Amino acid sequence: MTQKNQYKLNVNGQTVEVTAESRELLIYTLREKLNITGPHIGCETSHCGACTVTIDGKSVKSCTMFVAQAEGKEITTIEGLGGPDALHPLQEAFKEHHGLQCGYCTPGMITRATKLLEEIPNPTEEEIRFGMAGNICRCTGYQNIVKSIKAAAAEINAAKEAAQ
Amino acid sequence: MKDEAVTREDRVASLKGMGCSRKRVEDARFTQGKGNYVDDIKLDGMLFGDFVRSPYAHAKITNIDTSAAMEVPGVLAVLTAADLAPLGLHWMPTLAGDKQMVLADGKVLFQGQEVAFVVAEDRYAAADGIEAVEVEYEELPVIVDPFEALQSDVVLRPDTVGEDGSPADGAHGPRKHHNHIFTWECGDKDPTEQVISNAEVVAEESMYYHRTHPCPLETCGCVASMDKVNGKLTLWGTFQAPHAIRTVVSLISGIEEHNIRVISPDIGGGFGNKVGAYPGYVCSVVASIVTGKPVKWIEDRMDNLMTTAFARDYWMKGRISATKDGKITGLHCHVTADHGGFDACADPTKFPAGFMNICTGSYDIPTAFLEVDGVYTNKAPGGVSYRCSFRVTEAVYFIERMIEVLAIELDMDASELRKINFIKKEQFPYKAALGWEYDSGDYHTAWDKAMKAVDYDGLRAEQKQRIEDFKAGKTRKLLGIGLTHFTEIVGAGPVKNCDILGLGMFDSCEIRIHPTGSAIARLGTISQGQGHATTFAQILASEIGLPADSITIEEGDTDTAPYGLGTYGSRSTPVAGAATAMAGRKIRAKAQMIAAYLLEVHDDDVEFDVDRFVVKGAPEKFKTMKEIAFAAYNQAIPGVEPGLEAVSYYDPPNMTYPFGAYVCVMEIDVDTGVTDIRQFYALDDCGTRINPMIIEGQIHGGLTEALAVALGQEIAYDDMGNVKTGTLMDFFLPTAWEVPNYETDHTVTPSPHHPIGAKGVGESPHVGGVPCFSNAVHDAFRAFGLRQTNMPHDHWRIWRTANELGLHD
Repeated sequence: MTQKNQYKLNVNGQTVEVTAESRELLIYTLREKLNITGPHIGCETSHCGACTVTIDGKSVKSCTMFVAQAEGKEITTIEGLGGPDALHPLQEAFKEHHGLQCGYCTPGMITRATKLLEEIPNPTEEEIRFGMAGNICRCTGYQNIVKSIKAAAAEINAAKEAAQ
Repeated sequence: MKDEAVTREDRVASLKGMGCSRKRVEDARFTQGKGNYVDDIKLDGMLFGDFVRSPYAHAKITNIDTSAAMEVPGVLAVLTAADLAPLGLHWMPTLAGDKQMVLADGKVLFQGQEVAFVVAEDRYAAADGIEAVEVEYEELPVIVDPFEALQSDVVLRPDTVGEDGSPADGAHGPRKHHNHIFTWECGDKDPTEQVISNAEVVAEESMYYHRTHPCPLETCGCVASMDKVNGKLTLWGTFQAPHAIRTVVSLISGIEEHNIRVISPDIGGGFGNKVGAYPGYVCSVVASIVTGKPVKWIEDRMDNLMTTAFARDYWMKGRISATKDGKITGLHCHVTADHGGFDACADPTKFPAGFMNICTGSYDIPTAFLEVDGVYTNKAPGGVSYRCSFRVTEAVYFIERMIEVLAIELDMDASELRKINFIKKEQFPYKAALGWEYDSGDYHTAWDKAMKAVDYDGLRAEQKQRIEDFKAGKTRKLLGIGLTHFTEIVGAGPVKNCDILGLGMFDSCEIRIHPTGSAIARLGTISQGQGHATTFAQILASEIGLPADSITIEEGDTDTAPYGLGTYGSRSTPVAGAATAMAGRKIRAKAQMIAAYLLEVHDDDVEFDVDRFVVKGAPEKFKTMKEIAFAAYNQAIPGVEPGLEAVSYYDPPNMTYPFGAYVCVMEIDVDTGVTDIRQFYALDDCGTRINPMIIEGQIHGGLTEALAVALGQEIAYDDMGNVKTGTLMDFFLPTAWEVPNYETDHTVTPSPHHPIGAKGVGESPHVGGVPCFSNAVHDAFRAFGLRQTNMPHDHWRIWRTANELGLHD
């Protein structure tokens, strides 16, 4: 299996070209070739969500998608959400409400939560728990993750209102 | 001075010391995807290694042909036992005094066992190479049941029997059978038998605490890099005990310890999985030496669940005796412990069944006896402490189930029975029948607070009504009230009785104060999510009067951190936390001399006050710790060396004994077996509380792992030794959807022997949570005659219980 192809992707606003075998998984491309190590590998069977990224507006588990399938698509990872100068409200809220411990699930968790809050801007606890059920955390018991997402939703909604 | 407007309370608050919910300093990098986990490490020319694993649970290996694999593009080397044997590395010592094959040496003993190590340019090439290795197996009879193993003629471990086939003595004494590993006895055998046989009431029960797995979200892995120019080996890895790993690597490889640098970077959860030494570590080191390049090995999830570090698998049989009015008189416990193909339990050397002898629990039981038999089977090795201190989960589950069974036998309320038998506050320090000396406790106060918080009497009344309604056909849901009062034993431990591979289980802290009044402290432990960088700085802030925000905490690099035994068994706060406080006090002692010199008074005439030394009786005359730090570097003080540094190696005088009172209120649908946690109340007493926010987070997480184990999570095997739960499809990890909100509460009973009175908390919720969830299930069916049904209580098993009790008729 040595046949390699060129793929063009847009990752966190940058267009990148990679050479890869058609069997190469997107998480591998991101982590090994593009040095985007925020998304993690936890299960390789789509269960844990540590590898969650956003592709063309949808939450996707990048461990079970070929890079070939991402050709021409817009990909956002945790690295694209906010940095030291301006954190995303979810990044702030997870810090503030102790929504993480070992940090391994956190990039996927926050990336998924950004989409959840776009899908449901003011979610109930039940909606958060259901909407986040594709992302596993072994440390927090989720209680503070739910709290963080609620707080971030309030923050984002308040900012939106202020802007109007 | 500008300082005068600032109150003492302000000064205390600005330190962010012990007792405040300081936000975590770790979170900035984790929330931005900038953690540095082992799989994030990239080195020039780095190769990737992965294992050919056995599909069989028990088989002879007649041939391994690696020639086709070597032809695969990108494959550089394939290691087998034959390659490791000349180096003496085809076997390695386990933490339990046994030895384990690094690569299959003529046979395999469990499914997934490491057979060959393929080293390639990347993961894909390694996978291709694995496919091309041809291994010929000859199947052998498989034994997955420890009771069968003790009867069978099949010798699982020929290396442990003499020429006549009789079992050679093991690390823990004589062995009864060729598949037997050890017998461990504790307590008074004959007096216990006597008490039980003469007792007014005896309850007897058998229970199986099933095999499960810690399953941190990040699997195990490492990167080995042998620098042949300098003769230095650097090993990054998911190590919960980096110094111990360095010593082990040195002992088995012959590389001098000063030439080995072990680094634990960020670790994505441990829960006991990352304590042991695994074949992947050894093979990566050898492969790096062979190829001259760095070699990375990372488990995938199936490797992780199938091969590294199972937990539990204890068959427990108990007898508990009491007077008619419920005073417990004796306890007998026998355990058949399934250790799998190699005894790789991670326990202190003298405790082959860990601290199972804490199984008298929170109760004043005058006479007790414990006997544990370890057994080989065709299952993966391990026996680690999954979010607990060395088999404490098993012990607490045992006693908390036995109490419930005794309550049934006595026809008594289970809360009342506990209250009759709790060790009383005035009995501490309390010498338990199985040898431990409990440091402190106030169980009645905690219990009464818990019962009041949940309105226990109200719950029982509701349950009574529910049973009537159920019998009248008005509802198909039962109500279970799960109770647990646990006592843990953590903080291993005193060097006099606790060591791992001969290394005493002390821990350490080294502090350097910088001239401008900030500091770095390094410890022998390693955080895996516990937030050490946050909390240890808080201990120091309170001890040395510099703000926690000005103190960097560093762990995990054996070239810089002082020697320590690592983080597991809730030992970081009890042991390294104590070392931190003690090192801080050494800093303070020197600071006192400097302050006295600067203030031109005698050493005894100054005293410490929050962030400064003040002249006694003249608080306006003071030197802040910041000023003292600078003076330590710029003043020639007679009789005092320059600089301000300290190191402490702390050998704890005793373990610590955190405790707690938990209540779980559970609705059970009799027709579907579906459970719904309506309320979970957790009162924890971990002594002095360092950071309430982090404590609560630990409790939420530990309870969730307890929920998983009690209600669905297991490593199950079929009769052929196939692992039936090797992926997250089958191995239950709760999501946000299955998990309730928890109510947390606390009492504070400081440890009298710990410098700051802290006891450790990370594992309490798991230890206490499992029996609490399980007791809730049992309690729901108590009125219908249920005494014992084994975990995990998944929907199918609960449905079956209801069915067996005739509730579907």
